[in-house]
Amino acid sequence: MSTRRWSLVLLAAVHLALAAAGYLAPYDPAEQHRAWPNVPPVRPHLFDASGTFAGPFVYGLTPLGNWGGYKEDPAKRYPIHFLTQGRLWAAGPDAPAFLLGTDELGRDQLSRLLHGGRISLAAGLLAAALSILCGISLGMLAGYREGLAQTLILRGAELSLALPWLYFLLGVRATLPLALQPESTFLLLSAAIGCIGWARPAVLACAATRVARHRDWVRVAQSFGASRMHILRRHILPELLPIALAQAVILIPRYVLAEVTLSYLGLGIHDPGVSWGTMLAAARQLPVLVSEWWLALPCAAVAIVFQVYQFAARAWEDRAFGYTEGNAGRPDRSVAVGGHTSAAPHSPTMGEG
Amino acid sequence: MPLAAILPLLLTAQPWEKGKHGGRLIVAQKAESKTLNPVLAIDAPSREAIRLLHADLISINRHTLRTEPALAESWTVSADGRQYRLKLRRGVHFSDGHPFDADDVVFTFQVYTDPKTAAPQRDLLQIAGKPVSARKVDTHTVVLELAGPYAAAERIFDGIAMLPRHLLEADYKAGRIAQVWNLATAPEKIAGLGPFRFAQYKPGEAIVLERNSHYWKKDDSGAPLPYLDEIQLRPLGAEDAQVLRFTSGGVDVLNRISARSMDALGKETAARQDIHLEDLGGGLESNFLFFNLNPATATHRAIFQNADFRRAVSAAIDREAIVRLVFGGKATPLWTHVTPANAHWVNRSLPRPAKSLDTARALMRKAGLTTNAQGRLCTANGKPLEFTILAASSSQERPQMATLVAGDLRELGIGVQVVTLELRALVDRVLNTKDYDACVLGIGGGDADPNPEMNVWLSSGSMHLWHPAQDKPATPWEAELDSLMREQMVTLDAAKRKRLFDRVQQIEWEQAPVIALASPNILVAARRRLGNFRPAILDPYTLWNAERLYWRSPK
Repeated sequence: MSTRRWSLVLLAAVHLALAAAGYLAPYDPAEQHRAWPNVPPVRPHLFDASGTFAGPFVYGLTPLGNWGGYKEDPAKRYPIHFLTQGRLWAAGPDAPAFLLGTDELGRDQLSRLLHGGRISLAAGLLAAALSILCGISLGMLAGYREGLAQTLILRGAELSLALPWLYFLLGVRATLPLALQPESTFLLLSAAIGCIGWARPAVLACAATRVARHRDWVRVAQSFGASRMHILRRHILPELLPIALAQAVILIPRYVLAEVTLSYLGLGIHDPGVSWGTMLAAARQLPVLVSEWWLALPCAAVAIVFQVYQFAARAWEDRAFGYTEGNAGRPDRSVAVGGHTSAAPHSPTMGEG
Repeated sequence: MPLAAILPLLLTAQPWEKGKHGGRLIVAQKAESKTLNPVLAIDAPSREAIRLLHADLISINRHTLRTEPALAESWTVSADGRQYRLKLRRGVHFSDGHPFDADDVVFTFQVYTDPKTAAPQRDLLQIAGKPVSARKVDTHTVVLELAGPYAAAERIFDGIAMLPRHLLEADYKAGRIAQVWNLATAPEKIAGLGPFRFAQYKPGEAIVLERNSHYWKKDDSGAPLPYLDEIQLRPLGAEDAQVLRFTSGGVDVLNRISARSMDALGKETAARQDIHLEDLGGGLESNFLFFNLNPATATHRAIFQNADFRRAVSAAIDREAIVRLVFGGKATPLWTHVTPANAHWVNRSLPRPAKSLDTARALMRKAGLTTNAQGRLCTANGKPLEFTILAASSSQERPQMATLVAGDLRELGIGVQVVTLELRALVDRVLNTKDYDACVLGIGGGDADPNPEMNVWLSSGSMHLWHPAQDKPATPWEAELDSLMREQMVTLDAAKRKRLFDRVQQIEWEQAPVIALASPNILVAARRRLGNFRPAILDPYTLWNAERLYWRSPK
């Protein structure tokens, strides 16, 4: 399978897993198992101590004092059941089936990672959609109209690019009400993050529009009396779609990181809601990080998201510039950009010999 | 008799070790001191440094929690409690060699009580609306006049540093006293009566204090104190950094650490013999939840005014879980804000029930709340009850406590969100804008006596957290609290004061304006070879006897 396909598969897998958090997570993310604080990742077993197959199960745990860790209790076994209680798998209310451990209040890390990832990723997607929508629209306007509109939009973009995004976010967050419903917090947070990233798509869209408006078919359309809206929609916008997609794969992971940062600082999602940022806030203390390393797993999750999008961005770049497998660095003669090719006939396309 | 009451007496019954002179002690601080001027200092690092440089007339012994002579070797109190006649020690000199006498005491009180100076001590020295005044009788006798009787008035003199008139009078008269004695001041221009004197300031690195050769205290064999040549105060920032430096040998004393750090230190140093960790048990600090009882706020807060609702919340809280999960067992559950470590003042007759959802549900029904089909508790207008709890983001423990409380209340069917805020923003919301639903905060640790808490319990007090600065008491129980606190403040009979303060705690239990949660243990760490290391549950926990600390063996 080509790299591009792999990247799409991985991208889809990550998104599907997080979207299906409610089904994949064995516990409610806010549920506090107070008998099991700071449990390290629990290993499921298939065979019991005598080597007999006993199905998937986990052993009970015996605590070794406050913050002293746990040891498995072979006398207690809790079978894992699949497709039960509306979830993919579960092990019963008393079972310590914490595959990625628990935090200081006994909350299952796997469930929180899945539910929190859903929030963090959704915030990134929504914010990126907002940024790109605003950026492309303004960029198209600036590139087509020129004059004062272009000056204002481009200068505004430069100012926005010069602002340190974190402080800007903190300032925007400070103006919002402190305590909102989780849904409102999520939407406002996404909007706040989306507001900061419109500039780069706008600048790129402006440049592409200025090129596109001089294309032959645009002039022909103008000479036939096509309206401005028609030209923008039918002839300019298709040229900007690759920019939008390219910006999306760049901005989404950054906005995921922005949401994680805000929530880590206590300015994003609040308990009982969960995001990767709120999970990482629990690992702030060095002794906690050293002894309960599993609390830092959201870092790995963020890294995976970044890497998956990086693969996708690379694959997209290869396609956009006509690089093929084993042909890196040498442009292909078919340049598929914006749906309008200036390729010669019979040009080889990606993946073919 | 509880251990908390016996232990301090046992400790003070132990004689001090005869120490050896020499050596340097390095102490970690969270932040750098901002000033060395007692008239200005309000931050904890500055006050810590100033305590080592200066002395007071009467001190509170950190182990017995009782007052004892310091620069005043004895005193008598008039029958009406309004006049204190103090005999000053003779032969005492400031660190620059200048003799100390009654003129310095009179000058000190004049500076602290002057409204133009705006010293933080001014509020402490106001009795019955008037400042304490000092009058010289002779070179070693002063009379302190109070405008009204004040119970245990001598306790307010603890930590009031005596100022050198010969160095500061000119600046005071010129209106410049707030500008002097900063960290850039030449050491020879600062003089005090404490065990150490200011030697050097290394910006961002350390404040160096050296032995005061004129210090008035001697050990039991007549040898001069302090034993140590030098103390360095190093600003190391967050607790993690302090602990790292301590384990690597860069710091000798950790003044107070969290249970988490204590646990980590214990594991790391289990094989090491050079480190001594001490759990002093419960302190005087209390953490609690309180609701916004200010009138005319959002309508969803009306239910907070109902005492049955507040008692129901208290009944639903699992305090044992807070002690176990947040503090690793190194804390004491509380049902009123007075901790068991405050053995003299705690009201032991009050009940301490465990978590009971049945009791909580019954009280919620009594408060007029009903349960809907989804199991949610609803107010009289049928809307599900939801509110937020604020907690300071700078504390690791308070957001955790708030989250546990939120989990307990969700079992009752109440929707609770926990919102963390920077401490100053949180205090601003509570005391100024009053735009909040509930909050988890902590107070205490300053003194065992109830008088410093007047500002919290009086309805007119600016720290009357749930409804501050009232023109007149909003409820009959707050009116009773006002009356009780004012009466105990001026009652000289100790037994009667105790009864009055017991009643204050009973009202607190019945009305639940604050819902006490837990009191963390006092946890400290030091090098094992540090002699006379006897930390206490009252701040400063480890350096209160800095003049007696010494190194049993060199590094």
